[in-house]
Amino acid sequence: MHELSIALSMIEMASDEACRRGGGRVAALHLKLGPLSGVVREALEFSYEIACQGTALEGSQLIVEDVPVMIHCSSCRQDEIVESIQSLRCPRCGELSNEVTQGRDLEVVALELEEIPELVT
Amino acid sequence: MSSKPRMVEVRQNVLKQNDLLARALRERFEAAGVIVISMVSTPGAGKTALLEYTLRELRSRGLHVAALVGDLATENDARRLAQSEAPVKQIVTGTICHLDADMVQKALDDWTLADLDMLFIENVGNLVCPSSYDLGEQLRLVLMSVTEGEDKPLKYPTIFNTADVCVITKMDLAEAVEFDLNAARQSIQSVRPGMQTIELSVKTGAGVDRYLDFLHSRKP
Repeated sequence: MHELSIALSMIEMASDEACRRGGGRVAALHLKLGPLSGVVREALEFSYEIACQGTALEGSQLIVEDVPVMIHCSSCRQDEIVESIQSLRCPRCGELSNEVTQGRDLEVVALELEEIPELVT
Repeated sequence: MSSKPRMVEVRQNVLKQNDLLARALRERFEAAGVIVISMVSTPGAGKTALLEYTLRELRSRGLHVAALVGDLATENDARRLAQSEAPVKQIVTGTICHLDADMVQKALDDWTLADLDMLFIENVGNLVCPSSYDLGEQLRLVLMSVTEGEDKPLKYPTIFNTADVCVITKMDLAEAVEFDLNAARQSIQSVRPGMQTIELSVKTGAGVDRYLDFLHSRKP
């Protein structure tokens, strides 16, 4: 299981970004995740919660967008979503394709930052 | 009272650091004229046996070869491989279940890459975690032994999809375990269409010539 180290990288990236944008607590992290990234969603969600403790992301929500695997079919001359990574076959013509155009994604897309309340004098 | 959180765009690959390092390594390997080949498989598929054989045979063909071997613990593999007299270094990962580009870079610190024709990297025995990490290699071999079953690629499609060549090992046991080569080839093609497959046994020597010729042909 390498999801814990992936979660730690995500949190480091998010903390740096939050800092650069003026600090404050991170309320949510939006992640794009493809089935060919090699990362298991459930394991990542579990690790994320633990890895967030004691950081600016503690208590934050991990919002995962599952990205489908897409191949380019040279016969149909277009990109097609495949149902399963066990079979990289064009759903239209049935031809196998080794040209994966989407589905390896492991990307922090956005953060939701809470504003630091201004001091009232 | 806290206001509604504001959304800020990041758009960064989580493994960006590793990918950048891997890219730099690849450029370094190309500049030094060394072919770098990694091996991934389950524990016990025969990576070390194949590597032992590969180092010995390629050395006898006059090539300068070396190896980095990853393991969670012990230096047994490095000791075993050192008998080939090729330079071998063990990367002990501790609790980490895969190699990453940083570990490879650190292990290469005191080696002169230009002296080598080929460098082999044996990953930790694991078909899951290594799939996320680019090591800067030019070629990734995935090994499956006949005792693991023909549907291994369907169970671990991601790692097979990241590999360039599939080596089916322990072919001497194929009959005993009723290994169906066609079914295995179909599984492989289904998850990595077009991938070349090489079947061999380092014990009997069956298929090894094709394998060695293939490796030799990668040398620029």
